[in-house]
Amino acid sequence: MGPAIEVKNLITRYGDRVILKDISFQIPRGKITAIVGGSGCGKSTLLKHLIGLLRPVSGSILVGNKDIASMDDKALDEFRRHIGVLFQGSALLNSMTVGDNVALPIREHSRLNEATIKIMVKMKLDLVGLSGFDDFYPSQLSGGMKKRAGIARAMALDPEMLFFDEPQAGLDPVTAAGLDNLIMKLRDLFRMTLVVVTHELHSLFTIADQIVMLDKGDLIFAGTVEEFKSSVDPRIQRFITRQPEEETYCPEDYFSIITAD
Amino acid sequence: MSNLPESLVSYIGKRTLLFLRVVHDISVLINSVFYWTFIAPFTTGKIRLKSTISEMVKVGYNSIPIVSVISFFVGMILALQSAYQLRKVGALIYIANLVGVSLTRELGPIITAIIVAGRSGSAFAAEIGSMKAAEEVDALRSMGINPVSFLVSPKMLAMLIMVPCLTIIADFVGIVGGFFLSVTAINIHPQNYIQQTINALMVKDVITGLVKAVAFGGIITIVGAYHGFQVSGGAEEVGMRTTASVVSSIFMVILFDLFFTALFYYFT
Repeated sequence: MGPAIEVKNLITRYGDRVILKDISFQIPRGKITAIVGGSGCGKSTLLKHLIGLLRPVSGSILVGNKDIASMDDKALDEFRRHIGVLFQGSALLNSMTVGDNVALPIREHSRLNEATIKIMVKMKLDLVGLSGFDDFYPSQLSGGMKKRAGIARAMALDPEMLFFDEPQAGLDPVTAAGLDNLIMKLRDLFRMTLVVVTHELHSLFTIADQIVMLDKGDLIFAGTVEEFKSSVDPRIQRFITRQPEEETYCPEDYFSIITAD
Repeated sequence: MSNLPESLVSYIGKRTLLFLRVVHDISVLINSVFYWTFIAPFTTGKIRLKSTISEMVKVGYNSIPIVSVISFFVGMILALQSAYQLRKVGALIYIANLVGVSLTRELGPIITAIIVAGRSGSAFAAEIGSMKAAEEVDALRSMGINPVSFLVSPKMLAMLIMVPCLTIIADFVGIVGGFFLSVTAINIHPQNYIQQTINALMVKDVITGLVKAVAFGGIITIVGAYHGFQVSGGAEEVGMRTTASVVSSIFMVILFDLFFTALFYYFT
C-alpha cells in the first residue's frame, strides 16, 4: 500500500514572494505526520494545498492516483468529502448549535433522515467527550471544547484523513494534552491518517510518528521522530533546543527593506 | 524627475489591473450566485428552503415597520411639496397624481432599496466578512460545501422575493401618507383623492417599479456578498467592507435606477 499523500515538486507563491520552494515528501497511511517549522515558514500554506483550498503554481499532490493540484472544483468537492479539517480557531459556524455544526456535512452530503443524523451527531460528540452539548452555541464553549467540537464535525462523515491546523494554539497545557490524547485515540481506534501542523515541541514529540519540517519555504527534513531528534542540521537543532535565530541582514538588504514601498 | 512618466504609466497600469481584477471577481461571483440560485436546485434537487425563509423574515418581514414609517413620511412630504406648486395654479387635486405616480414608479422602489441596502446589504457583508475572517468560509469549502450556495443563494432568493413585496408596501403606505396629509392639511375630499389616484395610476407604473425592485434586490445581494468575500484580515476590515458595501450598493442602485428609468421612459 502506497503513501496516503505524495507531494511532488510543489512550488507556490503569493505575488512575487515564493512561499514553498519545490518541496517533495510523502505522508504515510495510518500515522500521524506533523508539519513543523517557525512562524511564516509556509506550513499553514502547505496544509491549505493538501486540502485543496489553494492551488500551487506547479507540482502535484497525489492522493491515491489522483492529483488534487489539478482537479476541477467538482472533483475537489468530492475529494473533500473524504477528509476532515480542524482549523486553528476551530471555525465552527457561530450561528448554529454544536449539534447542527456536526450535522452540517451529513445533511449536505447524505439523504439520511433526521433521527439517524441525530444519533450520528451524538456518537461523534461522545467520541470527543462533548456528550450533551448538542444544543450549545459555539460562543458558550471554552477554547478546548470548541476544538473538540471542530474535531467532531471533521469526523462527521468518517473521513479517511484528518488535518489539524495548530490544534494546541491558545490552549492551556492540560487542555492541549487532552487534545493530544484525542488525536492519538483517533489514530489508534480508526487507523486514520492524520496531518498536524504545529510548532508545540512537547505535543510534537508526544503525538507524531513522522515529521516534515519547513524552513523559509524549503523542506529541510522528512522522516521519523528519532531521525528528527538525532539530526545534525543546525536549523533542526535550533528548533528542538528553542534557540533564537539571529536576524542577519547585509547593509544593502537592510537599506532596501526600510526604503521599500 | 526622469522617473515621472514611468511612475505615471506604472500607476495607470496598477489601477487598470486592479479594476480588471474587481470586474473579474464580481463576474465570477455573479456567475456563481446565479448558477447556485437558479440552476443548481434543478440539477441537484437541493433547495435551501429553511435558510431562504429565515432570510426572508430577516430581509422582508423585519423591515416592514421602518419601510412603512419612512414611506408614510415621504408620501406626506411629496404631497406638501406638490401642494406648494399646485396651489399657485389651483390644481391641488393633482397632488394625488403626483404622489401616486412618483411613488410607484420611482420613490417606492428606491426608498425600499436604500433601506434594505442599509439594513440587509450591510448585514450580508458583515456576516460573510466575519465568517471569512474566522476561517468559517474555508471550513465550508473543506467540507465540500460551496460557500456561495450555502451563504448567498438563500439571501439572493429572499431579496428577489422580499424587495418587491416591501416595495408594494412602500407604495401603498406612501400613498396613504399623501392621502392623510391631503385630506387633513389641504382639505381635499377623501373620495376625490382616492378617485384621482385610481385614475392616475396605471398597472405599468406599478409593474415598472416592481421590475426595478427585483433588480435592486439582486444588486444589493451581489454587492454585499462581494464585499464580504473580499475580507482577508480581521475585524477592522469587516467594518471597512461593511461600510463600503452600503456606499456601493446605494451608488449601484441609483445608477441602475437611472438606467431603468431611461429604459421605461423610451420603451413603455
